Amino acid sequence: MTGALGLAYWAETSIKLGVALIVIPTAALMLGYLFLLKMMAFMQSRLGPQDVGPYGTLQLIADAVKFLQKEDIHPAVADRRVFRAAPVVVLASSFLLFVVLPTGPDAVVENLDTGIFYAMAVSSLSVLGVLMAGWASANKYALLGGLRAAGQLIAYELPLILAVMGVVIQADSLNLQEIVRAQAEGEIFGFGLIGNPFILTQFIGFLIFMISAQAELTQTPFDMPVAETELVGGFHVEYTGFRFLLFFMAEVATAFAFSALATVMFLGGWWIPGFDFNAPVLNVLGPVVMLVKILVVAFIIFWIRFTYPRLREDQLQKFAWKVLIPLSLANIVVTGIFKVVL
Amino acid sequence: MVAQNIAFGIIAAITVAAALGMVTTRNIVHAALFLVAVLGGLAANYVLLTAEFIATTQVLVYIGAVMVLFLFGIMLTRAPIGRIPQMTGATWPVAALSALALGGITVYALIDRFGTDSLATDNTVFRTADVSDSVFSQYIIPFEAVSVLLLAALIGAVVLARRD
Repeated sequence: MTGALGLAYWAETSIKLGVALIVIPTAALMLGYLFLLKMMAFMQSRLGPQDVGPYGTLQLIADAVKFLQKEDIHPAVADRRVFRAAPVVVLASSFLLFVVLPTGPDAVVENLDTGIFYAMAVSSLSVLGVLMAGWASANKYALLGGLRAAGQLIAYELPLILAVMGVVIQADSLNLQEIVRAQAEGEIFGFGLIGNPFILTQFIGFLIFMISAQAELTQTPFDMPVAETELVGGFHVEYTGFRFLLFFMAEVATAFAFSALATVMFLGGWWIPGFDFNAPVLNVLGPVVMLVKILVVAFIIFWIRFTYPRLREDQLQKFAWKVLIPLSLANIVVTGIFKVVL
Repeated sequence: MVAQNIAFGIIAAITVAAALGMVTTRNIVHAALFLVAVLGGLAANYVLLTAEFIATTQVLVYIGAVMVLFLFGIMLTRAPIGRIPQMTGATWPVAALSALALGGITVYALIDRFGTDSLATDNTVFRTADVSDSVFSQYIIPFEAVSVLLLAALIGAVVLARRD
């Protein structure tokens, strides 16, 4: 069995694995530095990290080294095995998301037929890790945080998946490459130069997706699971050192992956107007275009995070069940009608 | 097919071990987590059977939703860490009997229907579109029956949960 590069299956898989192992931590570091450290600082009239590297760019690497040096502490009454497994489950869920993200005609780890459906499935695994962490810590604040996270993630997974449905109906496929192709080959009233990014026809879907993604990522205004003023630190309150680092990396890497999913589904993905869909040069230019779009989407996520105050638990549930889910169902119905009529 | 057979052996061993762990553990949260491992093992086996869509659905519905709700419910009520004295496993003969009966019926039905069929060895992948085509043509009646059943369960749950 040979793949796109003409190498044996195992050789190609190891290359892809190597690239993914470099890309994911780099992506997490980049988002963490740009948005969590620098942008937050500027929005709060501070300078942010200054000393480690030029403009403080190496601050997070220094932090990672610091975390790795810390003592590995378990609470005395914690359930040790579950306590240790929890951050790994959360991080695995975030790594698995990167498997299907396309960045070029051939530049994708595995072009799965179920694409977006697979992404939704693996992203739902992180709740499991959060519940495990909350329970195994043997701490009431951690357990409360875990329960809040589970309730919130269940509520917002529905509008997230329903928002994706509109795109899937319009593109006729679950496959992410086919969704990019549908946008690249689409036309806006006969004008096909820039294709038809689904943000134009699925704007409501895009809004619902972004709001639900914000909640799935437990970013403010949906950060009750880790609300420091009420729960100290939520489900990861007992975690220190490299286990906390795993949670932190998973959070930022998942934010990156969700931005990438939004880019692929609503902003035209890696395709550049004017190029042939299968042009090999897009394997090089595609990742760059993707990165720019991802940073724009991620900027919006963190911008909202640093701007809005936290919702109350009942407001959060009401908003999901009474506003987002009916709205996304209506969106599916309207999209379906247009699909059949046009 | 050698690689597939080896993979099946490993996955099956893990799944069976997790299933045994689930019924013998003395902690309810551990039992739920073992069940997650069993369901994950089944999903992996669906991938080996080239049923990608079914495998993904298994992960999304069973692990991502049903098991999360299980754990949520357990932790919301009572989930102590360590051994739970009430979990003695005293009802195991009844459980074993019903499990055997269910397993027997399933195995009989499968052998009766697919006894001599074998999977295509040319790595054919069942596309998601094929699954939906067969669900909405050949299996439309069972599909609709299940939908009505789920609707009834949903309405029943709402009625039971109503306070006024």
